Amino acid sequence: MSSGNGSTTSQVTVSIDGHEVTVPLGQTILAACTAAGVDTPTICWAPNLTPVNVCRVCVVELEGSRTLVPACSRPAEDGMQISTDSERVRHSRRMVLEFLDSANDLSQATEITAWSQHYGADAGRYGSAVNDAAEVEISQVDDPVRIQDDLYIRAYDRCVLCYKCVEACGDDAQHTFAIAVAGRGFDARIRTEYDVELPESACVYCGNCVAVCPTGALQFRTEFDLRAVGEWRPDDQTVTRTVCSYCGVGCNLELHTQDDQIVKVTSPADHSVTSGHLCIKGRFGWQYVHAPAFEPPAADTSASEGPSPDNTGS
Amino acid sequence: MFGLGGGTCSYQEITETDVILLWGSNAREAHPIFFHHLLRGLDNGAAMYAVDPRRTSSAEFADVWLGLDVGTDIALSNTVAREIIARRMHNQSFIDHATTGFDAYAESVEPFTLDEGERLTGVPAEAIAEMAHTYATADRAQILWTLGITEHHTAVENVLSLCNLALLTGHVGRRGSGLVPLRGQNNVQGGGDMGALPDRLPGFQPLTDPQVRARYESTWGCELNPVPGKHLTAMFDAMEAGELRALYVIGENPADSEANVAHARKLLEGLDLLVVQDISLTRTARMADVVLPAAAGWASSEGTVTSSERRVQRVRAAVPPQGDARDDVHIISELAAHMGTQWPATSAQELWDEMRSLSPLHGGMSWERLEASGGLQWPCPHDDHPGTEFLHSWLWEPDLDGRAPAPFSVVVHRPPAEALSEQFPLRLTTGRVLDSYNTGAQSAGYSSPIRSGDAIEISPADAADLGLAEGDTVRVSSPRGSVDMHVHVTDRLPTGLVFTTFHFPELVDANLLTNDAWDVRSGTAEFKAAAVRIDPLPAATAATGGTFGTAAAGSTSGVAAAGGAGG
Repeated sequence: MSSGNGSTTSQVTVSIDGHEVTVPLGQTILAACTAAGVDTPTICWAPNLTPVNVCRVCVVELEGSRTLVPACSRPAEDGMQISTDSERVRHSRRMVLEFLDSANDLSQATEITAWSQHYGADAGRYGSAVNDAAEVEISQVDDPVRIQDDLYIRAYDRCVLCYKCVEACGDDAQHTFAIAVAGRGFDARIRTEYDVELPESACVYCGNCVAVCPTGALQFRTEFDLRAVGEWRPDDQTVTRTVCSYCGVGCNLELHTQDDQIVKVTSPADHSVTSGHLCIKGRFGWQYVHAPAFEPPAADTSASEGPSPDNTGS
Repeated sequence: MFGLGGGTCSYQEITETDVILLWGSNAREAHPIFFHHLLRGLDNGAAMYAVDPRRTSSAEFADVWLGLDVGTDIALSNTVAREIIARRMHNQSFIDHATTGFDAYAESVEPFTLDEGERLTGVPAEAIAEMAHTYATADRAQILWTLGITEHHTAVENVLSLCNLALLTGHVGRRGSGLVPLRGQNNVQGGGDMGALPDRLPGFQPLTDPQVRARYESTWGCELNPVPGKHLTAMFDAMEAGELRALYVIGENPADSEANVAHARKLLEGLDLLVVQDISLTRTARMADVVLPAAAGWASSEGTVTSSERRVQRVRAAVPPQGDARDDVHIISELAAHMGTQWPATSAQELWDEMRSLSPLHGGMSWERLEASGGLQWPCPHDDHPGTEFLHSWLWEPDLDGRAPAPFSVVVHRPPAEALSEQFPLRLTTGRVLDSYNTGAQSAGYSSPIRSGDAIEISPADAADLGLAEGDTVRVSSPRGSVDMHVHVTDRLPTGLVFTTFHFPELVDANLLTNDAWDVRSGTAEFKAAAVRIDPLPAATAATGGTFGTAAAGSTSGVAAAGGAGG
């Protein structure tokens, strides 16, 4: 699929902050901004998911439009005049970032906090966890970290309800539909059906939700455990692209290694085989690489003695 | 098929096709990320028919599930063919243009009326007719299969029966249409392509062709033995006959993975010399005289593997090998040196360059191109060639590109080698599940929350008949052995059929039960059809327990790697 297309596609030309840029018909304003070299903050957008338009942090000003428009999902049309750095855009983006920061723990959402700095967002105006203890009671999401297995954790006090995990679990990739948003307003949370524990839910542990999470609300257990002891060191990590060792589909894996140990596995979103998505074996089945040489791998009797053999064949 | 050992389509094409026949494949669990492409195809409007004795998690996504009796695939495909021909839905112009043997084939399927098909397969006649009509009249259609087709004593005939359907309708050689065996191991395609088959040289070229052989002999500076070797199953026969006395096993765990495994173990124990090269101390390795610890190639070596869509992709070293483990190429080169031969090429790139100088399929895949691209699909004969998305477009060329037409094959329905009996009244079939893999050498290393590997699955009706409840312990026996297992009752199975995986040999030695009757052409054993009996056990006498397996990878091809139609 990587070969031989391009020459006959029709193009559209738009103006981004006064600079004309041409992109293929059907691409979004976000793609036009990227083509024009303009960085755009995004939270709920990902290159391998259908935009759901909920975070509103990517909004731009479109001449002739009453409201700001979301760059991530609005198709670029010929002749559009777009401003990405007007006071109105900066104000709107700053408010979105302040609201999120005031209600959630964004300490591990490095991209979001970088944009907050960029726009001078001050969450303290709405009562943040750090600045205003009295306000915490009423405005801060409070949900204990859920550790139910060895593969990934859920920390919903970091969740900004961007829906990416729901999309990756649903019809954008996995089609398992194990999670959705339950509750309304401030009580809205990502939940399994009836909020059952993960192993009792429909979850098949592909980890595609974790891979798209922008805040660390969903986190691989290896990263969570290393962070807990202060040993998660992204600057010391190397990423090597290789091919999964299990079935014959040929999924490319990015092995994130630290001190010669695999600490995380991802897949490139632009890879034609995976679109960034993996299965449980590719995502989590690498521990044997670090098994002591020629010791049998540690016996996994706990799972077999668990309460429910119901998942066989699921 | 049709002279090349690979699936005809690219993954992208399943998103563009109109009709999908998923036949003997639970891709939802065995090939999960390919299944994402398939789901996109369904989202785009494709119809899917799932042919499988079990109502698998893949079948749940199908428009129609055809729950055929185990081992009646040829009866079903012949019935489909007969219905297509009777309704004049076959592609006569394509048949005239690109095939031979149609008349004999049509005659051979004539007895397979819909009623006869229903009688032989257990699938309702209306469902067979609907699948036949939809497949034949589709603009684009694909047939996909895995071990449900190939792990039978009729493995090759099963595959040919599906090829017949594609020739009958012209659903091959065009974008979106084709025949796709989904490969089960990360380099089973590449292993075959590289000549890890008894009768092939690198590039899938025939060993028996003197001209081909001469090119290799001149590059390698030695004379090649022109006599094809033995595939894995034939090796065991040779052990039994006392002709094969020493075995060098690389990345394979036959002491766990062979059908009728007690017999296989006895033969392995009787060898004069057993050498095992693997990533962990598998059961086979524990039986060995010499063990050569190997690095996990995909994470600790440079090289390539080839996927189900014939895409050659780079693997790269990310972590050092554990302990004394060494790269496979290093070990083999050192062995050669000890035997008195210094091989000049040792780096992965040097070996690749030598290989592609000899293999027309790979000639254009320079190391630089493989690095720069997301992989290249063979055939890729020269440096400017973009690689090939789908195979056999020559079938539609005016002069067939100068080739001989594709032959129909007359295939005869033969039931499983082991018939059910009063003593063994239940049909046992085996297969893969999502979170585990083969004999567990890799997948036993991580803790899966959805793993429950020691169960025998049984239908509610059979469970009631035997007085069994969920979680009970039973003894499952075939004519070859007995294994104690927990019961899992599921309505995914029809009455008379029981199912288990083979991923946990240290916990449940499932291959003590399976039948080693094998296909004479591919060498694949009939893992999919054994006759068994189930006896309830009081919980106290249950002999289960132990630990999860430590068994083999098969992630790199090996001297004794299972060849043929498997994978």
